[in-house]
Amino acid sequence: MEQVIVNGLYLGAQYALIALGLTLIFALMNVLNFAHGQMYVLGGFVTYTVYGQFHLPFVLALLCSAVTLAILGALIEKFLFRPVIRRSKREESTMLLAAAIAFLFDAVILLVFGEKQRGVPKIVNGILNTGTIVIPYDKIVVGVLAVLIIAAFMAFMQFSRTGRAMRALAQDRQAAQLMGVNVHRYSMIGFALGALLAGVVGGLLVTIVGVNSGIGGPISTKAFMMVMIGGAGVVGGAIAGGFILGMLEAVGLSVLHSYGDITYLVIFASLMVFLSVRPNGLMGKPWG
Amino acid sequence: MIPPSLKIAGAVVFALVLLAGVPLVLNATGRFDLYYTLTLISLLAIASAGVWITFYIGRINIGQAAYALIGGYASAILVTGYGWSFWLTIPAAGLVAAAVAVVIGLPILRLRGVYFAMVTLVSTEVARLTALALPITNGAKGMVSLPLPGPIAIGPLTIVPDFSTLDNPRVAFYLLSVIVMLLAFAGVYRLVHSRIGRLFVALQQNEELASSMGVNIAGLRIIAYAISSFLGGITGAIFSAVSQSVYPSSFTTADSINFMLNCFLGGLGYVFGPLVGTFVLRFGWELLFQMAQFQLLIYAAVLIALMLVLPNGILSLIDLRGRKAAR
Repeated sequence: MEQVIVNGLYLGAQYALIALGLTLIFALMNVLNFAHGQMYVLGGFVTYTVYGQFHLPFVLALLCSAVTLAILGALIEKFLFRPVIRRSKREESTMLLAAAIAFLFDAVILLVFGEKQRGVPKIVNGILNTGTIVIPYDKIVVGVLAVLIIAAFMAFMQFSRTGRAMRALAQDRQAAQLMGVNVHRYSMIGFALGALLAGVVGGLLVTIVGVNSGIGGPISTKAFMMVMIGGAGVVGGAIAGGFILGMLEAVGLSVLHSYGDITYLVIFASLMVFLSVRPNGLMGKPWG
Repeated sequence: MIPPSLKIAGAVVFALVLLAGVPLVLNATGRFDLYYTLTLISLLAIASAGVWITFYIGRINIGQAAYALIGGYASAILVTGYGWSFWLTIPAAGLVAAAVAVVIGLPILRLRGVYFAMVTLVSTEVARLTALALPITNGAKGMVSLPLPGPIAIGPLTIVPDFSTLDNPRVAFYLLSVIVMLLAFAGVYRLVHSRIGRLFVALQQNEELASSMGVNIAGLRIIAYAISSFLGGITGAIFSAVSQSVYPSSFTTADSINFMLNCFLGGLGYVFGPLVGTFVLRFGWELLFQMAQFQLLIYAAVLIALMLVLPNGILSLIDLRGRKAAR
């Protein structure tokens, strides 16, 4: 049982980090970023190239993933989302754009990195074995790093000037604008930050599970679920959703595995029931 | 405003082109492979029309593939397990899908915006996983070698011949799909211009306000969602007959997203938006097949470009020309 809880916590930390980026972008711009999973994959491949191929330090590789995705995110916001949001009659149109960007990323990743499953050498060797719990050291490192990044992100949102501006934007775009917040600038920073988070998780997880070009879509779906559990557009909700889904997966896989491959069916079904009781998730803001 | 007589004439010409003109051209040029593509486009357009209806009440529906899958399995099970005629299973599959939509829709239609969108996205996965888990759907192996549609006859008069006796069932499937598609779009057009259609617009604009005027918003949402899923169900039923099989992966999340994209690309404000969107997207995709590994890249780039140039859909070109669009 302890093993299951540790697995759940480890998964949860990763998931929370993925969901954070997605929810940040949603909170700031009301955009459901379909390309989030693809951004994760791209981050994974950047780390794979820098750390696995060029044999540079892992931290540097992680930084490269972060910077690449941040720049991409900023460009996407400025040149794609901003004009479409400005000119479109219905704000759902951004979903078409996001889906098209997801396709584009998929295509580029497939062309550049191929379709093979890619892995990198372990960052730390060895396994921690306490008798009840068995966990490799690299998983611990990655888990701790994920928690640290989450903490850093929350501190940034809470205490920095930029973070405050973004929170204001998420609360009420118009009011923030009236108070002199540069809406365009902070939307761009927010989108870049969301993409950066996706890239960082990709870079972290490539050391554990590797990466392949086809997992972007499934990752996006999972991220959507976490955001729904916690409530869209709320930082605390994304973290809660990530940990809850991680736990459910770990527990489900150990408890239900005798019934065959139905863990996800059960999770999906209970999610739909949950959402019909609490339409805005645990702590989400109402929409529309 | 286009006069009604012109609209009817246009519709008749359009139907004639699809039912007579296209087969003539294809037979003359020998491009029989295009029949399958066009059959697929017609079927996908029906499902997209369903998605469009949910857009019309202001909900983003990314779950149509689930209902197409339900329809496909319903038809396949009724044909193989209960010996129904395929023709009866088309409406039956639609009704099954609509019934499921009512049950699922009652709770989830309370959700709005991205919440509804994400739940419907998840429901596609639920449908796929359920099809994998249930014994009646035959799990991952799917249901294969379904029979071709039989004849329709009233007494001695054969209206539709047995598909297996035809030289080229592709043409028959093409005609079937196009006829159902034309009926579906005529139905949606009629619906949108009816009293209920007006109420749907009210729902799209402001549910609270509509509710305060005494509109039964919960009931109307269910009606719209059920009609939408009905169209998804008949798509699945015909598709299962065309491909003579149905698998859990016959309709996936990617299809759900494509149905939505078809609506966006054609234009959410126009009844025939999903038709145009499906045609352009699907046909473009097939044309790009020669580009081999660059297919997806070019496709995605063109999508993004279209979105930047025409954020309100292809049919918004009509408005740009200064004419009031034929909604």
